[in-house]
Amino acid sequence: MSEDRTPVLQARGLTKHYGHVVAMDDCDFDLQAGEILAVIGDNGAGKSTLIKSLTGAVVPDSGSLYLSGEETSFRSPLDARRAGVETVYQELGVAPALDISQNLYLGREQRRPGIMGTVFRQLDKRAMRHGSAAQMADLGIRIQSIRQKVETLSGGQRQAVAVARVAAWATRVVIMDEPTAALGVRETRQVLDLIRRVRDNGLPVVLISHNMPDVFAVADRIHIHRLGRRVALVESSSLTMDDAVAVMTGARSPETLTQVRVPDPVGHRTNLVDATTTPGEAQ
Amino acid sequence: MIQPAVSGAAVAALESDEGDRRSGWRQLLTHQITGPLAALVVAIVIFSVTTDTFLSAGNWSLIAQQSVVVGTLALGQTLIILTAGIDLANGAIMVLGSVVIGKVALEGSPLLALLLGLLVCVAVGALNGALVSAGGLPPFIVTLGVLTAVTAGARLFTQSQSYPISNGLLTVLGDGPTVGGFTITYGVMLWVGLTVVLGYALSQTAWGTRVYAVGDNPGAASLSGIKVKRILFGVYIVAAVVYAFAAWQALGRTPTADPSGYSTSNLDSITAVVIGGTSLFGGRGGVYGTLVGALIVVVLQNGLTQAGIDSLYQQVATGVLVVVAVGIDRIVRRRQSR
Repeated sequence: MSEDRTPVLQARGLTKHYGHVVAMDDCDFDLQAGEILAVIGDNGAGKSTLIKSLTGAVVPDSGSLYLSGEETSFRSPLDARRAGVETVYQELGVAPALDISQNLYLGREQRRPGIMGTVFRQLDKRAMRHGSAAQMADLGIRIQSIRQKVETLSGGQRQAVAVARVAAWATRVVIMDEPTAALGVRETRQVLDLIRRVRDNGLPVVLISHNMPDVFAVADRIHIHRLGRRVALVESSSLTMDDAVAVMTGARSPETLTQVRVPDPVGHRTNLVDATTTPGEAQ
Repeated sequence: MIQPAVSGAAVAALESDEGDRRSGWRQLLTHQITGPLAALVVAIVIFSVTTDTFLSAGNWSLIAQQSVVVGTLALGQTLIILTAGIDLANGAIMVLGSVVIGKVALEGSPLLALLLGLLVCVAVGALNGALVSAGGLPPFIVTLGVLTAVTAGARLFTQSQSYPISNGLLTVLGDGPTVGGFTITYGVMLWVGLTVVLGYALSQTAWGTRVYAVGDNPGAASLSGIKVKRILFGVYIVAAVVYAFAAWQALGRTPTADPSGYSTSNLDSITAVVIGGTSLFGGRGGVYGTLVGALIVVVLQNGLTQAGIDSLYQQVATGVLVVVAVGIDRIVRRRQSR
């Protein structure tokens, strides 16, 4: 990963207050093309506020957001979605009584061409089934038929449908909030494989997880969040799980880690991670 | 847009209904309409064998006409139940619509009367819809309140009088061609036509998919960018339009606009919906099932009457059927959500 590439999604100095509580305090964020970036942090570290401001669910009090180097702002989840940032949630992702194809196209249904589509508003079920089948095959998700109702699928397969849906519509970034929290060991492995395939198909992934083995299994880089801000951005191969947990909980200073140098967006501020890193160690 | 980026073979395998065909019989057996349809056929066979009069064309004309008002109300009820709601006020809305039509038609033009009746139904439906969607109140409570208020409102409006209807346009839905002794009224045609239109809207349009999604999992629907409140509101409006048609049908069936008529039609419509296989939990079912469900209720009553059985037992039979239908739904749901 060359360091001078423009990050796909970048944030500088995000701050959010809820009354006197500071949920986000001058927080930075960097996501490169083609990577899986894990965001880890203890409960109450403000991870979810960060993620919500990246998905438009929360509007930060101050700070800037950049998509492929261009400054932007998300006022609502719809804004983020329109910009090509899609999110997989831990639950609530699918409608069990609908089939896989209907779920993949939910809210973005495709109508038939011609008068049947324009006047009679008829859905193009065949095209949607074709698109869904292609998407599922593309991601290597094993199912019997695209017409299966989602309720007939296992928990892992359901989550796979949610991921496939998001990966189908995201054009820039896929964000996954604890996608494996409700799953068993085997199903978790399937979803992790799926996350890798999403990245290999060209979409960078932000993975929020509590599960350190999961994080270390798939992440290229790790964003460690503590007390409302990023305290470290590291290559996942450069540290151990114990190191990560120690930094996350404050038992160890992030300055002792080899952090990733991040590019400056548009002269907004200079290398932020360097600011928390002693000069000799920054790489 | 989803771009197919893999070889055709794998895609075609997923797309084909091969998987379905293998379990074709199972699919047929578990399809929502199969149970109600089988129950209807069994009832028809039993009554045809046990009574002489049941299968006659005249009796079937009667069954169709007896089903039409509640059957139409049940179509609107189906939409609302699909969103995991319930409408206790539908009969009252229809009655209010019919007395407005009756009173206006005393002096004004019948067409104007029909339009005002429609307008009143839609206005009350909009109130229900607004309280449920924007207000976030439980549909049971909202429609219970509206039921009480609208029932009283219809009596106040008419001073508890009923209006005889003489105009041809207002009673036209009670007329219709007779084929081989079987009279198909325009009201029956309208009922079936509305079923087809709503069936199309539910199964073939994005709106329909969204109605199911909102009833099935409102959280997922909302995260998918569906405007859940707008869908809910719309469903109450469409249902109210259907109730207005039911008001017109009611005038064709009995040419009197009576503010105290049809007082149990709300529960009867729920009965038809539930027997027709639509889940009270939302997201499952459809209007064709409701059409069959409405027929089942009437066939049961009619057949038991032909067989000379006390009408109180008819009600017992209907009650048992409702509980059985809900029980089956519950079992199906529990097995599928496992």
